[in-house]
Amino acid sequence: MANALNPSATASQPPAAMTRRKLGDRAFEYLTLLMALAVFILIILIGYELAHGSTLSLKKFGWHFLVSSDWDPVSEEFGALPFIFGTLVSSAIALIIAVPLSIASAVFLTELAPRWMRQPLTIFIELLAAVPSVILGLWGIFVMVPWLRTHLFPWLKSSLGFLPLFKGPIYGVSMLAGGIILAIMIIPIITSVSREIIRSVPGLQREAAYALGATRWEVTRIAVLSYAKKGLFGAVILGLGRALGETMAVTMVIGNRPEIAASLFAPGYTLASVVANEFTEATTDIYLHALFELGLVLLGVTVLVNALAQLLLKTLGGPEIKSQH
Amino acid sequence: MEAPNHQWRKIKNVMMQITTLVCAILVITPLCLLFYHLLSSGISALNWDFFTKLPKPVGETGGGIANALVGTFVLLGIAAMVGVPIGVLGGIYLAEYGASWLNRWIRFGADVLNGVPSITWGMVVYALVVVPMKGFSAWAGGIVLGMMMIPLIMRTAEEVLRLVPNGYREASLALGISKWRTILQIVVRTALKGIVTGVLLALARVAGETAPLLFTAFGNRYWNHNLSDPIAAVPLQIFNYAISPYEDWHRQAWAGALVLLLVITLINVSVRVLTRDRFSQSTH
Repeated sequence: MANALNPSATASQPPAAMTRRKLGDRAFEYLTLLMALAVFILIILIGYELAHGSTLSLKKFGWHFLVSSDWDPVSEEFGALPFIFGTLVSSAIALIIAVPLSIASAVFLTELAPRWMRQPLTIFIELLAAVPSVILGLWGIFVMVPWLRTHLFPWLKSSLGFLPLFKGPIYGVSMLAGGIILAIMIIPIITSVSREIIRSVPGLQREAAYALGATRWEVTRIAVLSYAKKGLFGAVILGLGRALGETMAVTMVIGNRPEIAASLFAPGYTLASVVANEFTEATTDIYLHALFELGLVLLGVTVLVNALAQLLLKTLGGPEIKSQH
Repeated sequence: MEAPNHQWRKIKNVMMQITTLVCAILVITPLCLLFYHLLSSGISALNWDFFTKLPKPVGETGGGIANALVGTFVLLGIAAMVGVPIGVLGGIYLAEYGASWLNRWIRFGADVLNGVPSITWGMVVYALVVVPMKGFSAWAGGIVLGMMMIPLIMRTAEEVLRLVPNGYREASLALGISKWRTILQIVVRTALKGIVTGVLLALARVAGETAPLLFTAFGNRYWNHNLSDPIAAVPLQIFNYAISPYEDWHRQAWAGALVLLLVITLINVSVRVLTRDRFSQSTH
């Protein structure tokens, strides 16, 4: 391009070397472009493979698949409802626990904690985000679930047992246990993204509030949290995306029973965990295709949720803010 | 009238500070407990056999997970072969070429790809690799981990390439060196440390993945002699041992988890220490 605009530059070089150079530049640019476009190729590939893998089930059950609660490999009747229910309820429990804790911790880390404490705590929380889910699941099975069974659940039952949510027999492995382990998994993510967002609130906001005589907490509430509302919402949605697709830790503590129960003490099952457990046991084509369709449902939901999170996070901390520095 | 109001605001201020402190403590408690239990239950099962022996048959105590340790390294090697070239070259495009509208879409795509659940990656590679090859294999396991690394590496590579001062590029171009050689020999070489850091972080992230390996690498109780056969991996072994009914396997699951977490934490911490200067410069 530059050479075409500037004939004197091309004149000084032998033509053969020139074309080779241009060719090299062109080839390298296209190669890198292709690799960057791999992102879209992969997204399309994932969607295509999952849809292709579930054709039999799509054809046989249609939309009924989403609202049917039969899951019987023997009679080849499949419905996704118990798994959709399990995924939504366990993620909802996780958000109810994780959101207040994470945002409060992020506020503590950025606004209220003594300076010497901030860095080590931040690093520690980010290390937690790197703990593989199978390790958390291991801890869940052998430490958390027994504790829940003997301490927390009986206490919940005796104090809140009048609610249908906390009725019924206590097994330990349960929807509530799945939700709690998910909360532990997404807290580090929501906390560290929220921390970044709160840090990007301009200092002037805080100074203005201080100048009006606000206390520290009032500054945080008025100047920081309301300013960062949208970004914090994005952080929560990002956490939701993780919770919906999380597999191993949930599979290990949720009980894996495809039923819709009102009680949170009852075992549940999620989209991701049924795939993890039954995929290699799927003996018939229609069974395998039904599992693929569960994957397709899961993919659709998580991609939508993640896209929403990215859009919300982009509005804050985007290029406009960066260019100010 | 004013004094009690002021008092109340001060009390509220202190109360809220305490509340956030309590929340922060609640957040780190399960994690401290996790580390404590990993250490206390894992260390007793760590011995020389654990690192050098194959798993014993059901019912016998002892043995180790040597095959899974090697398997994880093999899988990560294949993953790096898939993920590093695509990720780094894609990152080069984002940092050095790309129109900004296209870059925005690619970045968005990479972030969305990052959120694809790991279990669905496993299903996709099952359909793409396992079915045509007619069996679970180390290749399939490595490829799925490599695909998951692509968006991670792409984003970090772009970030560090952007930190290379423009003067370097201009100086090289002014010497008559073509753009692609400028990028590879000057820009990439300057940012190499950062790129390697990104690759290590991506490897640390996929090293603990279990769900995508369930029906790609599948696991193996013996050594893998052929990459077209199933291969063992540490996270798979932890999962299989954890859900088994045998006491000795539980012990080994804890030990495996301890080793895996130590390696991942070590990579994360050392990378953070090595790059601290660069990151503190880039954020201010």
